[in-house]
Amino acid sequence: MSRIEACLTALRRRGETALIPFISAGDPDLGVTEALLPALAAAGADVIEIGVPFSDPVAEGPTIQRASERALRAGTTLRRVLELVKTLRPKLDVPLVLMGYGNSFLTMGGVRFAEAAREAGVDGVITVDCPLEEEPEYYEALAACDVDAILLAAPTTSEKRLATLAQNTRGFLYYVSLTGVTGARAELPPEIEENVARIRALSDVPVCVGFGISTPEQAARIGKFADGVVVGSALVERIERAASREAAVTDAADFVAALKAPLRPARGTGVP
Amino acid sequence: MSAAPSAAGRFGSYGGRYVPETLIAAHEELAEAYARITPTAEFQRELGDLLRHYAGRPTALFHARRISEELGGARVYLKREDLAHTGAHKINNVLGQCLLAHKMGKRRIIAETGAGQHGVATATACALFGLECEIYMGAEDVERQALNVFRMELLGATVRPVTSGSRTLKDAINEAMRDWVTHVRTTYYCIGSVMGGHPYPTLVRDFQRVIGLEARRQLQEAEGRLPDVLVACVGGGSNAMGLFHPFLDDPGVRMIGVEPAGEGIGSGRHGAVLCAGVPGILHGQKTLVLADDDGQIFPAHSISAGLDYPGVGPEHAFLRDSGRAEYVAVTDEAALDAFVWLSRMEGIIPALETAHAVAYVRELAPTLGRDQIVLVNLSGRGDKDAPTVREILKQRAGRADG
Repeated sequence: MSRIEACLTALRRRGETALIPFISAGDPDLGVTEALLPALAAAGADVIEIGVPFSDPVAEGPTIQRASERALRAGTTLRRVLELVKTLRPKLDVPLVLMGYGNSFLTMGGVRFAEAAREAGVDGVITVDCPLEEEPEYYEALAACDVDAILLAAPTTSEKRLATLAQNTRGFLYYVSLTGVTGARAELPPEIEENVARIRALSDVPVCVGFGISTPEQAARIGKFADGVVVGSALVERIERAASREAAVTDAADFVAALKAPLRPARGTGVP
Repeated sequence: MSAAPSAAGRFGSYGGRYVPETLIAAHEELAEAYARITPTAEFQRELGDLLRHYAGRPTALFHARRISEELGGARVYLKREDLAHTGAHKINNVLGQCLLAHKMGKRRIIAETGAGQHGVATATACALFGLECEIYMGAEDVERQALNVFRMELLGATVRPVTSGSRTLKDAINEAMRDWVTHVRTTYYCIGSVMGGHPYPTLVRDFQRVIGLEARRQLQEAEGRLPDVLVACVGGGSNAMGLFHPFLDDPGVRMIGVEPAGEGIGSGRHGAVLCAGVPGILHGQKTLVLADDDGQIFPAHSISAGLDYPGVGPEHAFLRDSGRAEYVAVTDEAALDAFVWLSRMEGIIPALETAHAVAYVRELAPTLGRDQIVLVNLSGRGDKDAPTVREILKQRAGRADG
C-alpha cells in the first residue's frame, strides 16, 4: 500500500477527513518552500500538493498563475523541486504529491521523470493536461516506480469514463468540484456531493475534492462526504499577501490549522 | 499520408488530446458532432453556399507573370486567398466552425487572435449567424492592432485584452482555454489554426482544404497538370495545411512551408518551430514547440503577429519527420523586402505572414527550370500591416540618411 493510500485509509478509519494544501514550488523562492513543507505538515496537512510551475498553466486561475510566474522568475525548475523533495524527505512523513503540466514532466522523459520522482521520495504525481490514454508508457513508468499517478475527474466527465478513471487512479481520485479554473470561490456548486456519490457507487477508491474551496466552513461541508479536501488558491493568496518570508510560513501554517480543525472527528464520535 | 490522423487524433507521434479533464467531454462532443453533421448533404450545401456567396469563393488563381519573368525560372501562380471576405483564408475555417456550432446549439463563441485576422473573421461569422462572440487577444497585440480591435467591436464582438504571461497570442490561447473550461457547457471554442486537442487539427484542416482543392482544379484548367512545388507560410499552419493536404498523395508535388526566422534563428528571436523546435505538449497537442530544457515555453518572435507562435499544428510536425513536406525559414528583413516587392511588381499587397512565402519564392524560383510551376498560397492581404511597414520603412530611410 502506498504512503498516500495508507494515510487516507487510516484517516477514513478514524472518521477524519484529509486536508491537502497546495502550494506552488518556488513561490516566492525555494527557500520559502523548504520552510513551508514541514510547517504545513506540523499544522495538520495530511498530504501536500507541490505545484511545479509551468509557463502556460491553462487550468489555473489568476492566483496560481501569479505564483507560477514568481516561481519561474526565481529560477525554479523541475530538477530543483525534485532536489528539494529529496532533501526534506528523510525529515517528513507527510505524503508529497507533485502537480504540474505534461510538458514539464515529459520534457525530462516519462521514464526518467518517474525514476527521479521515486528517487526523490515523491509519493504521487498529478499531470493536469495529460490524460491516461495519451501517455500509457509514462503512466506505466510511474506505476513501475511505485509513484501514485493521481487522476482527475470533473463534473463534465461521462459515467463510462468515470468508471475508467476510478479504476485506474492511484492513491486517490481527485474530483474537480466545478467547471472552471483554480481559484477561491464564495459559492461552491451544490451537486458536488451527488457527484462524489456517483464515484462511490463505482469504486471504493478514496475521493478528494478540490478547486474553489477557500474557507474552513467550505472545507467542513465538503469534508462530510469526501475523503480529502484540497485547498490551493486561498492558501497561495496568504503566502502572496504576507508581509515577509517568515510571515508567509506562519500565516500559511495558521490557515492550514484553521482548515484542518473542522475535519477532525468530534470527540467521542470517532468510528472505532 | 492523407489518411492521418488515427482514430485517437494522432499524426504519427504528434497530436492527441492533452487537455484538462473538464474539457475532455467537450472534445468528445465536438468529434462526434463533426463526424455526424459535417458529412451531411445539408451541411455541405449550406457551407458551399456561404463560401460561394458570402466569402467569395472560389478565389482566383493568378499567373504572376512579372515576378516569374524577373526571377527567370519557374512559373509562379498565386492562390488569391487575400480576395476572400475579411481578407484572408481565415474565413473558410470560421464559416465551417460557426455553422457547426450553430447546428450543435451553441450560442456563445470564443476565439483567440494574434494580429486580429482570425478575431475579425470570427466576429464576422458570429454577426452573420447571430451568435454571441468574445475574442481573447494579448494586451500587447491589442495596442499594436488597434484597427482590428475596432473592426471586431464594430462587428459586435467583445475583445478581452490578456495581460498574463507574454501578453501575446500564446497567452490569448491560454485565456480562451480558461474561459472554455469555465463555460464549457454553453460555449464553442473556435480555434483559428490546425492546432489544439483532437479533433481540432483535423477539423480546421478539412475546412481549409477548399484552398488546395480549388487550386488543383484551377491549375489543371490553366496548365493541364499539377504544380511542381507548393509554397505557403506557417505559423500555426492552417493555410499551408489547406493547400498541401489535397496533394499529399501526389509524390511529384513538393511542399515547402515557410516559417518566421525573425531576427535569425541563431539570435533566439524567431518563430521557426519546425526548423528549430523540440517535441513538447502545448495547448492540447503534442507537437514541436520552442521550449527550454525544463519544458518552459518561450515566446516566439516575428515581425508578423500571425506567425508569432511557439508551437505549430501537429500534422506539420508529422509531415516534417516523414520528409513529405520541407520547412524553411525567412527573416523579418527578407519578408519586409518581399512585402514591398510583390506590391510593386504585381499590384498585390500581401500580409506580412504571406510575405514570408513570397520571400522564399524569390530564392526558390530562379533555381528551377522554366517548365516548372510553383504555386504559392497568397494567404492574406496586407492592409492591416501598412502602418507597421510604414514605420519600419521610415526608420530604414532615416538610418540611410544618417
